[in-house]
Amino acid sequence: MVEAIFQYEFLQNAFFTGVLIGIVAPLLGVFIVVRRLSLIADALSHVTLAGIAASLLLEKKLLGSFLFNPLYMGMAFSVAGSLFIEKLRSVYKHYQELAIPIILSSGIGLSVIFISMADGFNTDLFSYLFGSVSAVSRSDLWTVLFITLGVIVTICLLYKELFLLSFDEEHAVASGIKTKTVHFVFIVLVALVIAASMRIVGILLVSSLMTLPVAASIRIARGFKQTIVFSILFGELAVILGLIFAYYLDLAPGGTIVMLAVLILLLVILLKKWRRG
Amino acid sequence: MMNEQEKVLKIENLSFRYEKENVLEDINLSVPKGAFLGLVGPNGSGKSTLLKCILGLLKPQSGKIYLFGTPVSQFKDWHRIGFVSQKANSFNTGFPATVYEVVASGLTSKIGLFRFLSKKDKQAVIDAIEAVGMQPFINRNIGELSGGQQQRVFIARAIVSQPDLLILDEPTVGVDVHHVQNFYNMLDELNRHLGITLILVTHDIGTITEKVTHVACLNKHLHFHGKAQEFAQLDSKELSQFYGHHLHVLSHNH
Repeated sequence: MVEAIFQYEFLQNAFFTGVLIGIVAPLLGVFIVVRRLSLIADALSHVTLAGIAASLLLEKKLLGSFLFNPLYMGMAFSVAGSLFIEKLRSVYKHYQELAIPIILSSGIGLSVIFISMADGFNTDLFSYLFGSVSAVSRSDLWTVLFITLGVIVTICLLYKELFLLSFDEEHAVASGIKTKTVHFVFIVLVALVIAASMRIVGILLVSSLMTLPVAASIRIARGFKQTIVFSILFGELAVILGLIFAYYLDLAPGGTIVMLAVLILLLVILLKKWRRG
Repeated sequence: MMNEQEKVLKIENLSFRYEKENVLEDINLSVPKGAFLGLVGPNGSGKSTLLKCILGLLKPQSGKIYLFGTPVSQFKDWHRIGFVSQKANSFNTGFPATVYEVVASGLTSKIGLFRFLSKKDKQAVIDAIEAVGMQPFINRNIGELSGGQQQRVFIARAIVSQPDLLILDEPTVGVDVHHVQNFYNMLDELNRHLGITLILVTHDIGTITEKVTHVACLNKHLHFHGKAQEFAQLDSKELSQFYGHHLHVLSHNH
């Protein structure tokens, strides 16, 4: 594959996009997992799908030709969905998790309507669902690079606040931190990363790239920073090996990456048991 | 006015009610600099409500609260006040953070947005951990510690920003009985050697009377407010008046 990467542009796109996502999805994933928001990632990925489907429909019915990257519309839907979730969480104060199924089912409902209006599935949409090595364009790579840099810089700048918000929200409020603003920024970042990741792993599996490496890391890491470092290492390992296997064995990269992440998780659990025993 | 400045906390004619129920009535309380106040009262006496009013989380219907001479509604220097809640015991014990990381998070609002910990800040974190005697556990995950050790870590988090006033709400709930005395000795150290003014909220009169300098008894009204020596001289008959029928359940074995 190393030789092939130098030869084919589509492989370069897929490889570098994968490497970037392998950093940024587990990075946000650590905060998502410790704040017990794993399902929000799922809800947002389905809203992203609605955006993609809307964009493909527009392209097919109205514009006829490729005008802009469907990723942008996916991102817009994802961010809008995150805002709705926040709104619903404040409306249903005592049933905050209700926001997730509401947004998730709205996302699927809209996607199905858009897909049926576009006269059913086409291969393009299939690649968005399960990820694809060949479908990543140069424009996707630039978008993902931009999002990755933005997310890393924002997380570094807000690290203290995010840590405190995750560890002890009440204390964060009491010490005068603008928790709502910090949370809002965070959710928007999650929405952007979900839209960015789906090219490689696919919408249906995006949230697993945010949670599985963290689930493995949390078993063995000492401290929060180490949890982040291990999560990124595990995520990166799953993505790079997953892309190589997907390329040579002609598999959907999303499933391959996720199953490798599951394998890493199992190995970590076994290793820990074996060490203790 | 000079006298006002020396008061870390001053409460005047404070009343608070939820809906129709009066929780606090006509509370007057002042805490001088360097004091160690034991705020005692049975469960449901309004202790937590009073604390929330002091911290500006609840707005009383009448009365005034001054922190360091400033009305609480205009108070901005929250880093001067450390708070250890009883809830600290119920945090997510699986949270992957070391003692160092938890204590460092106490500096978040003092350092401010978009800034990082300086060398001095890092030293302050280590000093705070030493002050509560937790340095052997500095790189342990918080979830691996006992309840009492965790509570020490939360106190270190509260004092790392070098507050002038530290408020503790039932800090010994969930702490092993054998370690409670140790815990109070540590508070005594903080009060005497670091000069931190302490307010300790508890329902347990017995253990604290020998450590604190001042006592306030709360049960909707403030029944007693004065020096600890005066409090110790009250006989049990007077005490039971303040406390109603709750007194006989309190422990006095110290």
